[in-house]
Amino acid sequence: MRESQDYAEIGADGLVAEAARRLEGNWRLVVITALQNPEGVEISYVFEKAQQLESLRLSLPLDARTLPSITGSYLAAFIYENELQDLFGVKVEGLALDFKGNFYMKAKETPFIKTVASQQPMAPSPEATHG
Amino acid sequence: MAEKTIIPFGPQHPVLPEPLHLDLVMEDETVVEAIPSIGFIHRGLERLAESQDFQQMGYVAERICGICSCIHGQGYSQGIEALLDMEVPARAQFLRLVWGEESRIQSHLLWLGLAADAFGFESLFMHTWKLRERLLDWVERTTGGRVIFGANKIGGVRRDVADGLLNEMVADLKAMEAEFAGLERTFLNDATVRSRMEGVGVLPKALAMASGAVGPTLRASGVASDTRTLGYSAYDQVQWQIITEGAGDCFARIKVRCRETHQSFDMIYQAVAKMPAGPVENKPKGFPKGEFMARLEQPRGEVIYYLKGNGTKHLERFRVRTPTFANIPALVSMLKGARLADVGNILLTIDPCISCTER
Repeated sequence: MRESQDYAEIGADGLVAEAARRLEGNWRLVVITALQNPEGVEISYVFEKAQQLESLRLSLPLDARTLPSITGSYLAAFIYENELQDLFGVKVEGLALDFKGNFYMKAKETPFIKTVASQQPMAPSPEATHG
Repeated sequence: MAEKTIIPFGPQHPVLPEPLHLDLVMEDETVVEAIPSIGFIHRGLERLAESQDFQQMGYVAERICGICSCIHGQGYSQGIEALLDMEVPARAQFLRLVWGEESRIQSHLLWLGLAADAFGFESLFMHTWKLRERLLDWVERTTGGRVIFGANKIGGVRRDVADGLLNEMVADLKAMEAEFAGLERTFLNDATVRSRMEGVGVLPKALAMASGAVGPTLRASGVASDTRTLGYSAYDQVQWQIITEGAGDCFARIKVRCRETHQSFDMIYQAVAKMPAGPVENKPKGFPKGEFMARLEQPRGEVIYYLKGNGTKHLERFRVRTPTFANIPALVSMLKGARLADVGNILLTIDPCISCTER
């Protein structure tokens, strides 16, 4: 059994409007996931409606890992976007609940970036809440 | 306006066997905002895929959690099977359903017991867990494990079960279901349970959707969503329906899990009755290439296994989105407006599994 798992490319500048359109259309945010590839970081936004998946994908170069937040539409995205910040060093701007790199207690700054962990460090912030 | 105070809840707390922290912003006895913190025990298991070969990672996937271990193993196996474009024998698909539903029953019984313990009904807690132990005896007799079932492997299941033993199991499960019906009557009718659960921690349907909730948390808010409708394993071979409740409160979440427990028993009866003969595994050939997102229904809701292979023995990406992780925003929503005394009960009704969350 294989369901359709196609990805559509999207630019960071169109992300917020697309998220608003998805919410209006009663799409559920399933997951935001990322992986490092030779070009940088590839990020996928997966939505579901009536058990059909639709996914958007964008790529960021390692030296410009910045994204707008979609928490204005999907508040639930805060868990995934904080994860992007913590594990991949992606700066997510406009996050409704921003742990500023302290969502996870971790030994490395960006543990899922293999070769350039220090290119864009996320300094721990005293404002962040962690118990 | 009352002065706001912040009350820390967790990471160590009597209702939490695992660490999760909430900053509760309070006005008098009312929660006006809850700020969650996780990550105290994040293990980074996903990156192990870069150093362990794809066959070894099946063992890691099973150990993400001790409660949902079986379906974690299945999710990983299904993802790799899709990447290898391989078929799984029909008997293995039916056995996966049987063990998957036993996993759901033991998880729901575990949760019902924990809930009873949290609202102070100790005898109900003990009877519920006593029944769960009896179910785990059958899991042990058929898989060899009680916590980590070790049932799934890429291409099928690790062992076959004789039809005679399956029929013996079904006879005992029917007796257990009758016993469960007695416990269920207490959960659903006892005045003390209802007084603590009805109208508490309400998550309206629209908010459940917007907050990305999954599983019984979502279905208790009236949304008919269950990934078993995709028909993986043998779910397209048995009769069942998505169970929903409309109230969206803590009591609705209890009702959904009670009804799902009955349905899981019934699915096992059907699967054993229809169990096809034949082999229980096909041998995988080659290395995984391409990407696939496997979706399955854990006891706590939809789990996502995103796997990407590059044709070598190591996966390029192994990503698991667990149901508790997805239910955290819903928890934040349902805590707003709650009384401090209800926070523990509300938190429990998402059935939090931090071990899964901190994969």
